[in-house]
Amino acid sequence: MSTPTIDPLSALDVLEAEAIHIIREVVAEFERPVLLFSGGKDSVLVLHLAARAFAPGRVPFPVLHVDTGHNFPEVIAFRDETVRRLGLRLEVARVQDYIDDGRLAERPDGTRNPLQTQPLLDAIAYGRHDAVFGGARRDEDKARAKERIISLRDEFGQWDPRNQRPELWSLYNGRHLPGQHVRVFPISNWTELDVWSYIERERIPLPPLYFAHEREVFRRDGMWRAVGEVSQPRAGEQVERRVVRYRTVGDMSCTGAVESDAADAASVVAEVARSTITERGATRADDRISEAAMEDRKKDGYF
Amino acid sequence: MTITDVSTAARLGGSKGPGQDASASSATREAGSPSPSKGTLFRFATAGSVDDGKSTLVGRLLHDAKAILADQLDQVQAVSRQRGFAHGDFDFALLTDGLRAEREQGITIDVAYRYFATDRRSFILADCPGHVQYTRNMVTGSATADAVVVLVDARNGIVEQTRRHLAVVSLLRVPHVIIAVNKIDLIGFDEDGFRDIEREALAVADQLGLRDAHVLPVSALEGDNIVERSERTPWYDGDTLIGLLETRPGADESDAATSPLRLPVQLVLRPQGGLSPEVRSPERYRDFRGFAGRIASGQVAVGDRVEVFPGGHTTIVTGILVAGERAEAAVATQSVAVTLAHQLDVARGAVIVAAGTLPAGRREAVVELFQLDAREVIAGSKVLAKHGTATVQALIVEVLDRRDLETLAHEPAAVLAVNEIGRVRLRFAADLPLVPYTTDRAGGSLVLIHPGDGATLAAATVVD
Repeated sequence: MSTPTIDPLSALDVLEAEAIHIIREVVAEFERPVLLFSGGKDSVLVLHLAARAFAPGRVPFPVLHVDTGHNFPEVIAFRDETVRRLGLRLEVARVQDYIDDGRLAERPDGTRNPLQTQPLLDAIAYGRHDAVFGGARRDEDKARAKERIISLRDEFGQWDPRNQRPELWSLYNGRHLPGQHVRVFPISNWTELDVWSYIERERIPLPPLYFAHEREVFRRDGMWRAVGEVSQPRAGEQVERRVVRYRTVGDMSCTGAVESDAADAASVVAEVARSTITERGATRADDRISEAAMEDRKKDGYF
Repeated sequence: MTITDVSTAARLGGSKGPGQDASASSATREAGSPSPSKGTLFRFATAGSVDDGKSTLVGRLLHDAKAILADQLDQVQAVSRQRGFAHGDFDFALLTDGLRAEREQGITIDVAYRYFATDRRSFILADCPGHVQYTRNMVTGSATADAVVVLVDARNGIVEQTRRHLAVVSLLRVPHVIIAVNKIDLIGFDEDGFRDIEREALAVADQLGLRDAHVLPVSALEGDNIVERSERTPWYDGDTLIGLLETRPGADESDAATSPLRLPVQLVLRPQGGLSPEVRSPERYRDFRGFAGRIASGQVAVGDRVEVFPGGHTTIVTGILVAGERAEAAVATQSVAVTLAHQLDVARGAVIVAAGTLPAGRREAVVELFQLDAREVIAGSKVLAKHGTATVQALIVEVLDRRDLETLAHEPAAVLAVNEIGRVRLRFAADLPLVPYTTDRAGGSLVLIHPGDGATLAAATVVD
């Protein structure tokens, strides 16, 4: 007996169903998927959706963290706790190892986000991963707005935005040749507000720095930077204690905090709905380098 | 470049609409913005020919829906100024042209996805470029769309490109089409001029079999009839563009839910030994076999009688997980896992359907083929066909004809070149549960894949 009436699905219900469908398609069609997991909210969301997709079974693939070495300690603690709770295997690719043996050189500006590409590609090759899940969203950046849900990468990990496969209906084409792999973006169609609304609805745990807390900060490039091992004020930059939170979590040396008193997910939803600045504009120094900063990184194999 | 070229340059905050001050810092979002947890999701595509103001329209929609934030405006304004735009003027195309090559050449290469929300709905906008590879882009943008907004320049009326866009919309069975007669200000808000275009547009829509077509006068540049009713078109008593988009029934809330159940199986969840550490009562799942998939149409409840394609065995649904949580019922387009009363051979590619609605297995079909790859379609070539969750080998038996994309008339053809559409007979290496695309978009659609290099060659819809 079918129930006669069911309310129309909300936008969040549809986005959830779409993401789970994508994750299951990839597990069904690929040999060795892996999920990029930094402890940031978007990767936490993708992992949560993967857990939902395979319940009551465990998530049937490992997670990979490309570690810049410029970490917030509470994010690393959260990462390890999450991996333990879900019974996952964690692979870590360390930028620091590449700097130590000279394969990568520290950049003059000290930022390590762009340095993640080589360790990422090596980890993909080493693990023979043919599909790599990421938490990138199309609303984050205008190069990402052109990205496919399943996006082919050549043997150098390069993205060719001018030669992308058309993506039709819900029929994803994951065919690839040996050496190639695909990047998979199950939350492509989510906005920052969707992500937070879903986190609130599902009570998904996040690292504490996403919520308002007091911290020693200084002002640089119009952002509040945390004082830490890799993030020290220069002459003339005043250290203050402020109540802040992070909208994104990345390399500590280039990720800024915003002043906020939003102490829980519901308050963050309200704050994001009122915000006049995008999350990357507010908090990512590396995306301000040029208009095509993200596109250039993506073409080189970045996520 | 001059700012009088209104197709690419727009003065933000024209005579109408909020955010009139062009300075970025004035862009604000009001408290109590839409909550995505309540509204439904609506997907639409925009299409238009060169210079009909599509970038301006998209920019206007995003701006008036407050989906463009201050730092994005700052960035666009800075680049616009570098390119010689006067202070406060914007090249709206910079908001949507995300790739370096697009900005450098001033062309849009690929479909871009944009997001905004109102109090009633969240929108996904697929912005389809009109000139380069328009069939490929239109098919990509429209395949899942609930509606397509086709732009027409009020000074030119319906042109060849408009007919082609509408033809593709018709062939893809997009439920709603909105024909926006743009630059109505440039014909002096003349009702007679609008009515002439409206008459012709509705005649074309009728000829193409478009079921729900709306024509409205707009000025994307000035904001008339985009979000608010324009006082300058008192003779137009229909809805605004946003109003139309907010009130069209979406695919997720109309026919998909009322059709018989069709659940293509993606994979079988058999977690024995691999249960999630979060499961509290492992004994309950010792013999769990869940058939996971996204409901393509209809609904399912515990206790329902269902049949499984292929084979046609009848069984009963004993349990449902919706997004991993136990539920009594589920509806299209939720992602579920169902358990069945009998041990059946059900694998990826199988389809669970309502009892009594088992589709016939088909080895051959005539499809409408949208050729997207640069290589020509010729009889005798082998491809892979993906339908639902099944991928099988297929043979192009013969090319039957090609569509004239202005009239949709069939003309003889032996091959189909890129961006051409025509009918092709396919033979499959295994039975597929095909249904005509006209009755079920999900059950009647396929993609054809090159077996060697994996390229997506074509989109296809089942005719017969």
